[in-house]
Parts: sequence; structure tokens; C-alpha cells
Amino acid sequence: MTALFSLAWASLLNRKGSVILTIVAVALSVALFLGVEKARSGAREGFGNTISGTDLIIGAPTGSVNLLLYSVFRMGGATAEVSWPTYQKIAAREDIAWTVPIALGDSHRGYRVMGTNLDYFKHYKFGGGQSLSFAEGKPFDDLFDAVIGSDVARELGYTLDTPLTLSHGLGAADLGSGHENRPFRITGILKPTGTPVDRTVHVSLEAITAIHVGWETGAKNPLADTIPEEMIRSFDLTPKTVTAIFAGLERKGTILTTRRAINTNRGEPLMAIIPGEALAELWNVTSVAERALLAVSAFVIAVGLVSILTSILSSLNERRREMSILRATGARPGHIFFLLVLEAGLVGFLGAALGIALVHGLIALFAPMLQAQYGVAFSMGAPGLVDLAVLGGVTLASLLIGAIPALTAMRRSLADGLSVRL
Amino acid sequence: MSGPVIDIEGLTFAWKQGPQVLDIAAFRLEAGERVFLRGPSGSGKSTLLGLIAGVLAPQAGRVRVLGEDMSALPPSRRDRLRADHVGVIFQMFNLVPYLSVTGNVLLPLRFSPARRKAAGGDAKSEAHRLLARLGLEDPSLLNRRVSDLSVGQQQRVAAARALIGAPKLIIADEPTSALDADARDRFIALLSEEVTRSGASLLFVSHDASLAPLFTRAVDLAAINRAGVRA
Ligand SMILES: Nc1ncnc2c1ncn2[C@@H]1O[C@H](COP(=O)(O)OP(=O)(O)OP(=O)(O)O)[C@@H](O)[C@H]1O
Ligand SMILES: [Mg+2]
Repeated sequence: MTALFSLAWASLLNRKGSVILTIVAVALSVALFLGVEKARSGAREGFGNTISGTDLIIGAPTGSVNLLLYSVFRMGGATAEVSWPTYQKIAAREDIAWTVPIALGDSHRGYRVMGTNLDYFKHYKFGGGQSLSFAEGKPFDDLFDAVIGSDVARELGYTLDTPLTLSHGLGAADLGSGHENRPFRITGILKPTGTPVDRTVHVSLEAITAIHVGWETGAKNPLADTIPEEMIRSFDLTPKTVTAIFAGLERKGTILTTRRAINTNRGEPLMAIIPGEALAELWNVTSVAERALLAVSAFVIAVGLVSILTSILSSLNERRREMSILRATGARPGHIFFLLVLEAGLVGFLGAALGIALVHGLIALFAPMLQAQYGVAFSMGAPGLVDLAVLGGVTLASLLIGAIPALTAMRRSLADGLSVRL
Repeated sequence: MSGPVIDIEGLTFAWKQGPQVLDIAAFRLEAGERVFLRGPSGSGKSTLLGLIAGVLAPQAGRVRVLGEDMSALPPSRRDRLRADHVGVIFQMFNLVPYLSVTGNVLLPLRFSPARRKAAGGDAKSEAHRLLARLGLEDPSLLNRRVSDLSVGQQQRVAAARALIGAPKLIIADEPTSALDADARDRFIALLSEEVTRSGASLLFVSHDASLAPLFTRAVDLAAINRAGVRA
């Protein structure tokens, strides 16, 4: 076998040009497949890393994926809210250790605004237990203080004390549609987290109530702007409703009974979800698209493998004489067979290895940029099990595909006898 | 070795669906002989060598090589016998293009442990010794691409390859037809010398009757072949 290995190697070196092209074709197809796979697993990891330490998320009844998406990922919106007395009842439950109420629905230049209280900075955890920390400044204190995520600061060029105004609703560019007469002041900028927190403007729940004074009907009262700030500060700004509640339990063991108790709440209907479970449900939905994408890139690998086949098949005619020489010098038909199978396997192996190196190189080069620009987190690090499986799979497949030209060459060498043909 | 190296009896062969190419009642080649087999183009010389080398199988009759009935052996044993005991030289384009001169000479050792053993511990210097004997001592030649060699040099490399590991039988299929008369005679002289030195037997095939005196015996294929296909 080692005798054949060095022969196969020498033969490939002899056809460097076309062999390198084939290797590159295989490498590109493998790189595409692995790139898709790494983006997929990176997205999952990124989503999975967005929330941790929160046992239950509670909101008005809706789909569990929907509740997860709008409360944690700021995607979509709530159709109903939870009333303040109900929130207080939940916060007072024996089995619940802490709660963080959040109020969503406003925006600032396309970034979502979230009303919450100071407990948010204490209890919200991401990436397997990390707490939020401040790059600059401190949590909001005054009614019109705001804390912004790192992306908001970077993309809008905001620093501490920059004034900003909020817009009613979630429109990206609807400046001037609402709260521009109630300017906020930035008191804190958070460190990057790689989560939607980076793209959020945080204010107090009372601030959300305050900017909606005069909006009680759902639309702006023409007189709303005439109410002076001092007067607003004197109002009772306790929120009437919250959008969702993050909750931590006293003991993890009660999670199912607590959830059932909340879901069957007498009075206001509620819904409690376990973040991990809802995430799994989300993956169920997206896995169809993921699988389609992976299937397409797997087909691209198949095309790469076919290029191995064509390159070897097309070389067979000019190598007919070489096969006769090998036979005459003692090679058995099996040797001819394995020589070609080995060549195919070597090309596949080298192509896959190059593809893996390519993907890891590109990720190392561009992952920080992609993460910053698009929030796509690629899983970095040393080649893992997936890479190994692809390397093994592609090598095995090329060995198998090599059997086709190998059989042809073997049969031909048997039929040719010793007469060497051109 | 006591018995004949080649012993053919009642051999017939036809390529699939073709007419009979060979029908040989008897042919023998004794140990130590250097036999010249003459026949016109298309008369079946290469076919006969294929049968002797065990690359082809006869339809009827027996081809014994070194006492083994090639037609009765399973294909793998036939291949083993060829790898261990037969050296082959072709008319031209003898060499594997992607191996160096030395690599080509060492090629049979890859497939035959017996010849590896016979070539001794240092196969490379044995290859160089054979090449030097055949007039290729220039060390710069050894690592050159084989396609850069002259045809005469290529044929001598092929002869060294056939000889390495001391096979008992060398078969040569018109190895000199691409050489001029001078180079041809020198090649045959060197080959004969090395064959004799290693104690092998030689079956040398050509259509060129003028070579006959350079061998211990000359045989006309037409005389032993009753099939007599014309080209
Ligand atoms: N692989 C093959 N398949 C079918 N027929 C073949 C094959 N090789 C040779 N033949 C036929 O067998 C006959 C003998 O051919 P062979 O090559 O043995 O002749 P040869 O004596 O070696 O001729 P030359 O001196 O030209 O080399 C020819 O008619 C040829 O057409
Ligand atoms: Mg011939």
C-alpha cells in the first residue's frame, strides 16, 4: 500500500496543473458547505447566548416563539400587555425570586426603546451567565435618563450626555412622530454583548409612562406638548401595563408547577415560557430552511466530487501506456485499481483540508467584522468535529468515486495485455 | 534451475471474436539461453509474450514458465510469478513519465518482495550499478525527467529495470526498433552481457532477421505457429 501511495503521489505531482484546479474546486465546495454550517451553528449559539439565568418569561397569551422573539430579540411586537396589578401579583409569588418588567413599543431612529427598572442591570444575564457592564457612565437615575447599547453608541456616534428623543411606534425614520418634546440624556453606555441589548435604548418604566402623557386615547392629544415637564414629574408615573416580565425562581425544581400556575392564572390570562424550550421550538421552525440550505451546499460538494471523477476519467486515455508498464513490471489488476482510487482519495482529502483551512482563515479574518456589522456570530476556534466529519466524509466519497475510473482502467489493462497502446 | 524456463505445448489463442492468432504445438526455452524470435508485424509476437508473461490467458494448451502452468494458475499467482521472475522490455515508451530514472528502475521492486530481497539492502545503488553497466553512469542523468532522455537511453533504463532483482526470464518486445544500427548492436551486446552475468534467460522478439547472429538461437514464429495470421 505504501508503494502505491508514493506512486499515486508522484502521478498527481506530474499532473500538477489540473490536479490543483480540481483540489481548488473541491476546496471551494467544502468551504461553502462549512461556511453555511458555521453560520448556522453560530446563529444558534448567538441566539442561545442571548439570555441566560432567566427561568421564565411571562407575557400576554401569544405564541411562545413570538413572546420569546419580541421580549428577548426585539423582533415583532406584542399584541397585548400585562396589567401592572397582575405584574405585582406575580412579583409577590413565593416561588419567584426576582422579576424584571419590561415595556416595549417605542423606538429611537430604528433602535428599539425598552422601559425597565434597575433590576434589569442586575438580573439580565447573557452568554452563559455574564452580567451587563458599563463601558461608560451609569444606570439611569433621573426620569429622562437613558442607557444605550454599544451598537447604538457606535453607529449613531453618541457619547454621554448626548440628547435624544424617542418616536412613538417602531418605524425606522419617523422622526417627529411623537415624543420629540421630551428629550432624554444619555447617562450610560453598555459594553458590547453580541446580543440585541447592543441595539437597545434603555429607559425607566416611568419614563415610558411620562412620554405617553396625553396619549391616553392611543393617539396624541393636540394639547399633550403643552403640559410642562414639572407637571409631568408630579404625576403618578406608575405604569399601567408592562409588555413582558423576566423572572427567576427561588428553586429551579418548581419551574413546571410555577409555569402551570401562571398559565392557568385566574383573572387576567397569562403565558409563561421557558426560554430554552421556546428557543428549541424556534429551531424547529427554522430547521426546514437550514436543512434546505445545507442540502444545496451538500450538492455543491457533490459537484466538487464529480470534478475529481472527470479529471481522472479524462486522464485515463493518455495513461493507458502507463498502466501497461505497471502491469508488465509486476502490478496486479488490484494495484491498478487502488492506484487510481488512492489518487482520487488524495485529491478529495487535500481539497477538503484546503477548504477547511480556507473557512477557518476567512472566519478568523472576517468574523469580528461580521459580528459587528450584522450581528452574525460565527463559531470560531480550532477545527472541530464538524470539520473532521467533512474531511472524513469527502475523503471517503472521493475514494468511492475513484472506483469508477479505477474499474475502467483495471478492465482495460486486462484487455490490453502486454501490448502497450498509445 | 534444471527444467526449461519456457515450455509451450498445444497453445492456441485468439483475441475476443477475432481469428486465431497463435496455434503453437511446442516451443521451449532452456535456462541460460538467449533466444531470438523473428516474425513479421502482426504475426502475434507481442501476443505470445503476453501469454508467457501471464498477462493473457490461452484458450487451449499449456504455457509453463519456470515449471508453473500459467493457464492453470489463478490470476493472482500468475501476476506474482511475473512480478517475481519476469523482466519485460517494450519497443518504446517504456518508462513511467512521473518517475525519475532511478524510480523507474526500482519500479518492479515495489510489486515483488522476492526481487526486493534479491536486489539487496541498498536497492538504489544496485539500480545505479545496473545503469552504469548499461552505460548510464552520468549521475546528472539519474534525476532527470525520463522524457528528456534519448530513445537509446530510455531503452537502457528499461533494460536495467527488467534486470533488477535478478528475474529468471527477460522478455524483450522489439526493444531496438527505434534505435540506429550502431546503438542497436551496442544495446543488444550490453543486454546480453548483463543477462548472462545474472544467470537469466532471454527471449528477444523482432521482425529484423539481421539480429539473429547476436543470440544463442533464432526461431521463426512462422515455423512454429500454425495459425499464420497475415497482417
Ligand atoms: N488488444 C488487442 N485486441 C484485439 N486484437 C489485438 C490486440 N492486440 C493485438 N491484436 C491483434 O492480434 C494480432 C497480432 O498482434 P500482435 O501485436 O501480437 O502482433 P506483433 O507480431 O507483435 O506485431 P508488431 O510486430 O507490429 O508488433 C494482430 O492481428 C492484432 O490486430
Ligand atoms: Mg508487437
